[in-house]
Amino acid sequence: MDDGRISRHGSGAKLWLAGGWLLLALLAAIFAPLVAPQDPLAQDLMLERLPPFWMSGAEPGYWLGTDSLGRDLLSRLIFGARIAFIVAFAAATAACLVGSTLGLVAGYFGGWADRIISRIVDVWMAFPPVLFAILLVAVLGTGLSSVIIAIAVIDWTRFCRVIRAETMGQSRMDYVENARIAGYGRIGIMLREVLPNVVPSIVALLSLEMGIAVIVEAILSFVNLSISTDDPTWGGIIAEGRLSIHQAWWVLVFPLITLILTVLSFSQFGEGLKARFDPVLR
Amino acid sequence: MLLQRFLIRLLTMLVTLFGVAVVVFVVIRVAPGDPIAMMLPPGATDADIARLRALYGLDKTILQQFFIWLSGVVRGDFGTSISLRQDVLGLVFNRLPATLELAIVALIMAVTIGGTTAILGARERGTAVEAGIDIASGTALSIPDFLWGLVLILLFGVLIPVFDISGRVSPQLDLPFLTQFYLFESLLRLRFDLTWDLLKHMLMPAVALALPLAAIIAQLLKQSLKEVLDLDYVVLARVKGFSETQVILREALKNAALPTLTLVGVQFTFLIGGTVIVERLFSYEGLGNMAIDAVINRDLPLIQGIVLVFALLFVLINLVVDMMYALLNPRLRHG
Repeated sequence: MDDGRISRHGSGAKLWLAGGWLLLALLAAIFAPLVAPQDPLAQDLMLERLPPFWMSGAEPGYWLGTDSLGRDLLSRLIFGARIAFIVAFAAATAACLVGSTLGLVAGYFGGWADRIISRIVDVWMAFPPVLFAILLVAVLGTGLSSVIIAIAVIDWTRFCRVIRAETMGQSRMDYVENARIAGYGRIGIMLREVLPNVVPSIVALLSLEMGIAVIVEAILSFVNLSISTDDPTWGGIIAEGRLSIHQAWWVLVFPLITLILTVLSFSQFGEGLKARFDPVLR
Repeated sequence: MLLQRFLIRLLTMLVTLFGVAVVVFVVIRVAPGDPIAMMLPPGATDADIARLRALYGLDKTILQQFFIWLSGVVRGDFGTSISLRQDVLGLVFNRLPATLELAIVALIMAVTIGGTTAILGARERGTAVEAGIDIASGTALSIPDFLWGLVLILLFGVLIPVFDISGRVSPQLDLPFLTQFYLFESLLRLRFDLTWDLLKHMLMPAVALALPLAAIIAQLLKQSLKEVLDLDYVVLARVKGFSETQVILREALKNAALPTLTLVGVQFTFLIGGTVIVERLFSYEGLGNMAIDAVINRDLPLIQGIVLVFALLFVLINLVVDMMYALLNPRLRHG
């Protein structure tokens, strides 16, 4: 009894912390032009490689310092959050819709539908995901929509595999059999009876996938294949930081902390929501 | 029974590889954009375009094109790299050993770190030590290899510069190697000075790749160990006077390892997939780094070749793991 209460309190705290960070980052992204202290694109060679505020040589108004072109790091991180969240929401939702639908169909209908979908998943799993993403963006041409499409095309299998297994488990339960006896159609049972029971898993995966999408976008912009190089992206800032690591460590440290916090928050938020939704865990 | 299982798996593997070939072909040839325009460097003349069009048989139907390309691939003819003007298969085999060495070193690290942590956690179950292990492995698991690589670069490349953060080997060294398996060959030649230099370059990318897998092994193996430790035969061993560590190592580990083994197989392919970006991060001269260059240079024959070799590697690993599982699992062995 005690154990359960402690872990529930623990997961509650984690849910609030994770949700809090994500909300903060999301608000910063939405109101970027209002909250960013500087123009994220303004270059000033007089201000190049300024250190963060607590170090000597820092300039007021440039809280986290500047990069090798004198651009304000904090403002670039805030504007970079816009791309990160757009990609996170759009790509994860698209991957979720495709993957969950196929997973539900494969798990509920079984037979040929399951065999064909599972074979396609096998083929997809034989690709190195990062290379596949880079290849897709190269073929589609760089740009925000290409990045979103590439992530969705690659990561739908994550939803498909989990939802297929969960649906299979649910389909064997008595309530599904009862619905069938009561005369409901198969698609009706799938959507009205099975789907609500796999929603907690879908929600947890969706949040996890948003974190993964943020990472993949960062990787793509790290290798300079995401969106146009003018717009600040977290991966782009990291690429600059990697180059000037011995002269200005802060250009790598702050985007890295931002990315780690965001990824951890998305996965913890998903887990926390799942625990809230799941009647067994609750 | 075992042979039958093997043959079925082999057939499935061929179907998967055929599927991969179809997807690669579709992505590169049918996607929007002129494939020839993508293959040519900027400033190509009309004559170049016509020559390439004939060379790739683009006047034929898509289906004919696919089978011409596939028959080449089956015979080991992956074409010629556009940016490097060399045989694709030769280029791939030249770089593959570096990636394999990195992946194998990372796997050994993951199994060692993850296994030790699991045993420690199972021995100290229910204590603060186990809780600490759970938090650490949960964090290690949630942070992907790309970010671990950056953290390691900051910590051990800049803050305490003890390891090299770029390249595979110090460029000033004379290398006596006949193969591209530098690390393994340096061990066989007893050139431990070279082994040390190679390891100093390899350690951080390998740790970045190993940490998420180590975390998974720690969690799963600890769980299986805890279940086995409650079984009668283990209790009996404890009554006989073995210490808890002896009980775990001699009695429990053997039976708890099987589920972990299957998982490690799948996760090992994820680890290899991670080498693509981690090699890039550490300027390590492996297959993944070459793949990113190939994409940036729009070197489509080279990309096709690398993707197919990765896919072949992935399905082979799955086949080996599946067979190992069948050999080790008594229920399947005698079934």
